[in-house]
Amino acid sequence: MNHINLLLVDDEKAFLDTLTKRLEKRGMNVTAVYSGQDALAELKTQKNFEVVILDVKMPQMDGIETLVEIKRQDPLIEVIMLTGHATVETAIDGMKLGAFDYLMKPCDLDVLIAKASEAADKKRIHEDKIIEARMKEITNRRP
Amino acid sequence: MMTTSPTEREIFYQALTIRIRILIMIVSFFPMLLTTGILFYKFNQLYTEKMQTHTLELVQKHSLEIDTFLLEKLGNIRYVARQFDNNQPPSAFLKYHLENLRNEYGDVFTDLGLVNQNGIQFAYEGPFKLENADYSLAHWFINATQRPYYISDVFTGLRGYPHFIISIRIASADVNYILRATVNFGAFNSLVENIHIGKTGIAFIINTKGQLQTKKEISLNRAFVSFITDPRNYDDNETVFTRQQDDITGKKYLCVASMLKHINWLMVFRQDINDAFSELWKTQILTLICFIAGCIAILSVAFILPKSIVRRLSAADEKNEAMNQQVVESGRLATIGELAAGIAHEINNPVAIMIEEAGWMEDLLEEEESEGTKNMDEFKRSLKQINTQGKRCKEITHKLLSFARKNDSTTNDVQINDTIMEIVSLTAQMAKYNNVLIKTILNKNIPYIRISPSEMQQVILNLINNAIDAMEKTGGTITIETKISQIEANHLVITIEDDGPGIPKNNLDRIFDPFFTTKPVGKGTGLGLSICYGIIQKMGGKIDVNSQVGVGTRFRIWIPFQEETKKSI
Repeated sequence: MNHINLLLVDDEKAFLDTLTKRLEKRGMNVTAVYSGQDALAELKTQKNFEVVILDVKMPQMDGIETLVEIKRQDPLIEVIMLTGHATVETAIDGMKLGAFDYLMKPCDLDVLIAKASEAADKKRIHEDKIIEARMKEITNRRP
Repeated sequence: MMTTSPTEREIFYQALTIRIRILIMIVSFFPMLLTTGILFYKFNQLYTEKMQTHTLELVQKHSLEIDTFLLEKLGNIRYVARQFDNNQPPSAFLKYHLENLRNEYGDVFTDLGLVNQNGIQFAYEGPFKLENADYSLAHWFINATQRPYYISDVFTGLRGYPHFIISIRIASADVNYILRATVNFGAFNSLVENIHIGKTGIAFIINTKGQLQTKKEISLNRAFVSFITDPRNYDDNETVFTRQQDDITGKKYLCVASMLKHINWLMVFRQDINDAFSELWKTQILTLICFIAGCIAILSVAFILPKSIVRRLSAADEKNEAMNQQVVESGRLATIGELAAGIAHEINNPVAIMIEEAGWMEDLLEEEESEGTKNMDEFKRSLKQINTQGKRCKEITHKLLSFARKNDSTTNDVQINDTIMEIVSLTAQMAKYNNVLIKTILNKNIPYIRISPSEMQQVILNLINNAIDAMEKTGGTITIETKISQIEANHLVITIEDDGPGIPKNNLDRIFDPFFTTKPVGKGTGLGLSICYGIIQKMGGKIDVNSQVGVGTRFRIWIPFQEETKKSI
């Protein structure tokens, strides 16, 4: 369960680097990128991300735009919004657009991990259900 | 913002008071003065004119009467003279005619006499013994000899009584006599004396020398006499109007003089000015009293009105200034809020990084543990402290951000019951955990109010949260009630009451102060109620609190509503 494939997106490099190290130390597969565009590019090249942790407030492409784009590319990927307090409304908007949850910066690492795990679980269950349905479909196929 | 100091404003108000006062006085005094003055003058003129006309008419009538009287008497004597017959004894002639005259005219003629050209009265009929009286040097005789007839001035003469004489020259071939008749002075006098106007109006007759021809004892000054005897001063009606001051008594008189036609006498009518114009003066005094009353009224208005106007003005100014102050204050608060938000936001990121770094160090120390560094525990404690304090920072910045955050303050017509129900359902879960029951008594008939719903939510949520916090340990009941206020007209009142531990009296006064909190450090910012207070104030409402330790706390919020927007559900 701890081996979650995480993509961290935040323009605050110092924060992100340390967070990456700490999460890696806890056994996560973490990729860190510093902008929305990079995140989208990364998602295109590497298909196995399960959870994206996305900062709402970024220059150029902000969190909401990135979220919409991510969901368009791969609806099954779970996204957790990361926000300062002033942008709670944006985080709520994000959840309406399909984000899994939101976290307030600075966030407790344990909470972050818990949420990420939940999100990953959900995605796995989701994928399992899809596979199941697929199998059912296949098994029910008539020659 | 007004920058004038209180004394400057005082001066301004004073100047304003004076300006208004002067304006009132000018605007009221000028027309009043003009109206009163014109009326006063015109009335005066008219009255004087009327009075003069009246007096003139009277004098003219009487002078005509006297003229007629004299003419008649002259005619009588003329007639007698014509009857004179030299063959008849003179005394018999005189006696016969005097008797006739007396029979006809009563006691007008005192006596009759015949005087020869030497001035000797050779025949006389009358009560006095004047036969053979010598008139050769008498003034009247000298005049009489030169004219066909003559009427003398009043004089005392030989008999020692004032009288006057009508004399006719009888000049025929053989005689050259003068028939003289003495007119009863009393009878003549009464003609004049009967003229009365008012209390002091009297008439008298003077000759051209200013000598009185009637009985009245009247002092006349020389200038006056010379004026009225001067024919040049007479108008078409042969009257003259003048005023005379008595030399002795100093009284002022109104005088009218009229020339008699058949004799060089003047009929003079004289009336005390005080008497003549008494009616006018009464009216004038009345006018003056009215005028003074008007002045007093104007003055009092001019003194009272500007004061009250300026007082109201200054009150309005003060209110305005207070409002300005408030606007500035809230503006400054907003600016500070924005600044605080900016700073909070900027601080938030570094704090996040610091917490992460501390966490990373903790993680790393975990690995070192096996080596057993001697300060390991201290490192750990220190990092934990960094973490804790970092989180405290986060707490503060979040509160600051929420304080400064721009609320959705767009107003709507809101049914407050719906807002309350929303918040109650939102807090129901938390209330249940804390053993708190939320009861609502919502009056269905309360009107819609025009407020910002999100701000109202914030207020109610804050109050409910506070109540729940207060009853965290004990549990209890929160009662929320809405109704139309009985105390404040056109207000509805929301009561939020709990049966928690209550608020101590010395905290109660400061409960709405910003940053006042009884919660332990790091738990509360002390901004919640102060924000509520600000929101309610902005809505034009009121919030108050009643609390008794051990019994509970009650918050009441009054919100105004417009009568015309009142709707029933």
